[in-house]
Amino acid sequence: MDKKNSLTLLILTVCLVVFPFIVTNTYYISTMVFVGINGIIAIGLSLLMGCAGQISIGHAAFFGLGAYTSAVLTAKLGFHPWCAFFLGILLSSCIALIIGIPSLKLKGHYLAMATLGFGEITYIVFNELTDITGGPSGIGGIPKIYLAGYAMNTDIKYYFFVWAFLLLILTLSLNLIHSRIGRALRSIHDSEVAANAMGVNTSKLKIQVFMISAVFGSVAGSLYTHYVTFVSPSSFGLFFSILLVMMVVIGGMHSVWGALIGAALLTILPEFLRALKDFEIFVYGAVLLLIMIFLPRGLIGGLEYLFNRLIKKV
Amino acid sequence: MDNVILHASKIKKTFGGLVAVSDLDFTVREGRIKAIIGPNGAGKTTVFNLITGILQPTGGEIQFQGNSITRLKSYRISSLGISRTFQNVQLFSNMSVIENVMIGRHPRTSSGIMSSILSLPKKRKEEKEVRKRAMEYLEFVGLGDRFDESPENLPFGKQRLLEIARAMATEPRLLLLDEPASGLNTKETQNLARLITEIRGRGITILLVEHDMELVMGISDEIMVLNSGQKIAEGLPREIQENDEVIKAYLGEA
Repeated sequence: MDKKNSLTLLILTVCLVVFPFIVTNTYYISTMVFVGINGIIAIGLSLLMGCAGQISIGHAAFFGLGAYTSAVLTAKLGFHPWCAFFLGILLSSCIALIIGIPSLKLKGHYLAMATLGFGEITYIVFNELTDITGGPSGIGGIPKIYLAGYAMNTDIKYYFFVWAFLLLILTLSLNLIHSRIGRALRSIHDSEVAANAMGVNTSKLKIQVFMISAVFGSVAGSLYTHYVTFVSPSSFGLFFSILLVMMVVIGGMHSVWGALIGAALLTILPEFLRALKDFEIFVYGAVLLLIMIFLPRGLIGGLEYLFNRLIKKV
Repeated sequence: MDNVILHASKIKKTFGGLVAVSDLDFTVREGRIKAIIGPNGAGKTTVFNLITGILQPTGGEIQFQGNSITRLKSYRISSLGISRTFQNVQLFSNMSVIENVMIGRHPRTSSGIMSSILSLPKKRKEEKEVRKRAMEYLEFVGLGDRFDESPENLPFGKQRLLEIARAMATEPRLLLLDEPASGLNTKETQNLARLITEIRGRGITILLVEHDMELVMGISDEIMVLNSGQKIAEGLPREIQENDEVIKAYLGEA
């Protein structure tokens, strides 16, 4: 990781620590928990889409797999939450491997269709496997997760818990991007043929990054489950998959920071627009449209532009 | 110096009904510059794609340093020591000039996912080494001062040189250059000719597809002529220039 990223990471950490002391309203804290959860999945998806250039319109499935593994194992079978957490990761990465091997041979629209299909199948399984998942009515009564003997049972505790995960995942992702493997992933994005000719095993790397993003999705899913203590299929459908893609694109595909900003915007914006009642969806759409028209490199691209202009003036 | 480094026997490639390369035999000797020439559509680039594993041959066998590479994946062939440039430049446009060359070090380095994610000391040491070596190759082709730019900012001729630097970074034994002079002006072509002989001077064998006859005749040790996927002549530059079949293929029947 270079100095610029380390510095930004440090500033973010300080802001995050200070935030709950300035804003004490639990509603805002709770919204920030969801920003963190969505941010974790969006960062994973950004590695896949922005870095390696492979699309997935089924990423809500991995979020759901993590969430349901935690829910079923802890609420129904009495597993330890951390045990369920890691089993969720294991399950998601195995499924990512099985799905990734055939589907990552596809490119562009075809890959989009394959991942869309995978997402829909998972959604149907959550709905129809009533004995295990509770069907459309979902699973409730999920226990809280403990960290070093402390129950994560308040919004403020969960806030720190989730954002600690996010910072860890962000650091690991930045390390990955600024490495031999990250460079190879970016080469796949630009020219798969040339990457192969330079000795990059592109098929293997694409599957690996798909698995990493699945693991991040699963982590977010488990964190979600133990926060809301209730899961039902409607949170893991096509709409959420598309929302995740939008977070990555709106934030700026070329950087994981973009994914985080995108996740923040698309999680917070609906909360602000709620006052507009029927016009909410209209304004929401207009905001997204304007961002894509005027900031084709996403919010992070716009910020970078402003920052560079500022530096030039100084 | 006369060891055979690459040997193709009866290689064949068809696309549906179209025969792109048919029963082609040829050898490339170590330390030489061999050129493949021929009219458009003769199958020259297809031969390159077959050697580098981008296309799988319909039939026949290709041996590199005595071992068959016929069914190997592209990235494996590259790590065995065959590298190439592309006729339509295929640079990584979202990376800086030096990062493009650093990709070439991929098969010669080993940091995996785990050491990358955790940024272990071994990885950081390797990264420094990779950057240093990449810089050497950039300086070799004369692009040392533009290492931090986007490859898209480079003029076309320099993009071709960057592709050569990237291919050189993989430390090939055999370097395949696909029309390296196309789009270059006279001065750039002269510079290229000097560079290619310098690469041979480093002990790297070169197989070249090129339309610029002055360049081909000037630097090649041996020339093979393809027409409609078949070899119609092979020999020293002087012999090829006087070959009736070749003249016919290029100029049409009198």
